[in-house]
Amino acid sequence: MSIPLSWYLVLSAALFSIGLFGVLSRKNAIAILLGVELMLNAVNINLVAFWRYLDPVQMAGQVFAIIVFAVAAAEVAVGLALIISVYRRRKTVIADEVDLMKW
Amino acid sequence: MTPVQIIFLLCAALILASALMVVTTRNLIHAALWLVAVLFGVAVLYAILDASFMAVVQVVIYIGAIAILFIFAVMLTRREMRDRGPQLRKGWWLAALLALLVFAGLAFLLVTQPGVNRTAAAIPPGLDTLGKLGTALVSPNGYVLPFEVASILLLAALIGAVYVAVSKK
Repeated sequence: MSIPLSWYLVLSAALFSIGLFGVLSRKNAIAILLGVELMLNAVNINLVAFWRYLDPVQMAGQVFAIIVFAVAAAEVAVGLALIISVYRRRKTVIADEVDLMKW
Repeated sequence: MTPVQIIFLLCAALILASALMVVTTRNLIHAALWLVAVLFGVAVLYAILDASFMAVVQVVIYIGAIAILFIFAVMLTRREMRDRGPQLRKGWWLAALLALLVFAGLAFLLVTQPGVNRTAAAIPPGLDTLGKLGTALVSPNGYVLPFEVASILLLAALIGAVYVAVSKK
């Protein structure tokens, strides 16, 4: 293992920033969720890298990353269901146009 | 440059290039497929980090389930903005500026931490990380409560997703 820890941290910071750009700049709600996935993956890289570099005997880092997996799966399922439901009623997936609670 | 470093750099280049395609490409199906490339690169990183379970779970759950769910959602809602009109909001340059600032801040903060240039010690011989992970997830002295809470959250989210997405007509 000849890779410095900083390489992983810089990579995940870059991935997080790209995801943030996607979340802030995209119009399509599904594309916004794609950006959120990128950000969650960046966090997971950090968690696993810290587990490996700081204390591979304790499993806390990997367990935390697995919880992030489960939360990401739940978030995607509910998010996409909401988007599909909104699309059925309003015929739009553009986040800016979904600004009323009741139509 | 050791072979592992070269593999890491290739992987990082794949991840960052694919991530940029995810946030900029116009066709959302292509964006979802680029997301698969990002997820695969991250799985390779997990393998480099000796986290074999995470690498397999990344491929099975992220690529196998979440990315496919995205592709289905894109196909179910695609008619409206297929390849026409701008995909980015008007103030996208502001978002780019903010993302660059966040990256600069995070990178500066992380790289100036002490001990960040360390390389990993070898895994002690005889340490079964996979077995330890499995035990930690179900042991009362470990993480059985967060594990169960996560499974209940997943169940509730899936039932809720079915309820929200089902057609009421």
